[in-house]
Amino acid sequence: MKKCWERIYNGLLKENPVLVLMLGMCPALAVSTRAMNGIGMGLSTLAVLVLSNLVISLLRKAIPDQVRLPAYIVIVASLVTVTELLIEAYLPSLYESLGIYIPLIVVNCIILGRAEAYANKHTPLLSVMDGIGMGLGFTVALTLAGLIREVLGNGTAFGMRILPESIEPIGIFIQPPGAFLVFALIIAVMNAIGIKTRQRQLVEKDCDGKCATCAMACDNPEAKKGGEQA
Amino acid sequence: MNSLIMIIIGGALINNVVLNQFLGICSFLGVSKQMKASASLGGAVIFVITIASAVASLLYDYVLAPLGLDFMKTIVFILVIAALVQIVEMFLKKTSPAVYKALGIYLPLITTNCAVLGVALTNVQNGYNFIECVLSGFGTAVGYTIAIVLLASIRARMNEKDIPAPLRGAPIVMIAAALMSIAFMGFGGLSF
Repeated sequence: MKKCWERIYNGLLKENPVLVLMLGMCPALAVSTRAMNGIGMGLSTLAVLVLSNLVISLLRKAIPDQVRLPAYIVIVASLVTVTELLIEAYLPSLYESLGIYIPLIVVNCIILGRAEAYANKHTPLLSVMDGIGMGLGFTVALTLAGLIREVLGNGTAFGMRILPESIEPIGIFIQPPGAFLVFALIIAVMNAIGIKTRQRQLVEKDCDGKCATCAMACDNPEAKKGGEQA
Repeated sequence: MNSLIMIIIGGALINNVVLNQFLGICSFLGVSKQMKASASLGGAVIFVITIASAVASLLYDYVLAPLGLDFMKTIVFILVIAALVQIVEMFLKKTSPAVYKALGIYLPLITTNCAVLGVALTNVQNGYNFIECVLSGFGTAVGYTIAIVLLASIRARMNEKDIPAPLRGAPIVMIAAALMSIAFMGFGGLSF
C-alpha cells in the first residue's frame, strides 16, 4: 500500500511529467489558456494513461519485445479514440475547446514514456497507480498554468471574474506567447526554490551525451561536445 | 491560385506550427541546441510531413470516408505515419546515402513528432482536397524549419551570455520562444 502512495507522490511532485520531466509540452502549452481547459485535458490524459498502463501491464508478458512500440501505439490510439468519442458525446463544449489536441493525446510522450519506463516492468496495480500519479501531476501543472494565464490574460478564474473591470487584462497571456512565458517562469521559480528539473539533475549527474536524441534543453557543455561527435 | 499561396504562407508564417499551434515542441526545444542538427531535422520534417499529408489525404478520401470509418482516422494515420517513416528511411538508404547520412537519427524520431499527425488531422478537419493537403503539409513543415533554425541561432548567441541561475536551461529557451512567437504574431495581418 505504501508503494501505491509513493507512486502518486512521485507523479505529482518528484517526477511531475510537465514541470520536471518536461514531457507532453505540446498539449500543456496549447490548452492552458483557461483553467477549465487544463482540468479537462489533464483528466482526459489521466483516463487514457491509467487504462493504457493497465492494458500494457497486463499484456507485458504477451507482447514480444521487438514489436512492443507498434503494439503500444495501437493500444493507446484505440483508447484515445474511445475517449474522444465519449467527450464528443457527453462534453461537447470541452470537445470544442480542446479540438485537435484530443486525438493528439496519442503522440503525448508521457503515455508512451510511462508504458516504456514503468508499465511494461511492473504489476497492473502499481502501473495503474503510476498512471493516476502521472495523470494528476499533468492535470495540476496544466491547471496551474491555465489559472495564471486566465487571471492575467482575461481577469477570470474558472470562468468567474476576479479582477475588477477597471484593470485591463494583459491579452498576450492567453495568446500563444503567454504559454511559453508562463511555463518558463513556473520552471524558473521551481529552479529557484530548489526543485530541480530532470535536465538539471542530468547536468549534475551524468547523461549519455547523446544530445541529438535527448529532449532536454540542458546547457551541459560536456554533453554538447559528446553530442557533436555523435 | 491565391488561395493555394495563402495555404502555404498561412501554414509557414501566420499559423506557425510550433510558435502558434504548439506542435512538435519536444524536438523544437531539444534539438535546437545545434544549428546543423536543426537544419537537418527541418529537412527531414519537410520531407516526411509533405508525404504523410499526401498519403493521409488519399487514404481518408478513398478508404475511410467512403466506408464510414471516419472515427478510425487517429489510429490509421498514426500507423501510416510510423510505417511511412520506416519506408522513407529504407528508400533513402538505398537511393541517396548522402541525404540519409545527413538526416541520420532524426528520421526515426519524426514518428513521435506530433506535428506530423497534427497536420494530417487538421487537413481532414478543414476538408482540404489532395493538392491543398500537400501544400498545407509543405507550408507547415517549412514553418517548423524556419522556427527551429531561428531558435538554434538565438541559442548559439545565448551560450556566451551570463544568464541568471534559475533561468538557465529550459526557461530561457522558452522565453526566447515566447519572443519569437510575439514576432510571428505580426504575420497575422498578412493577407492577399
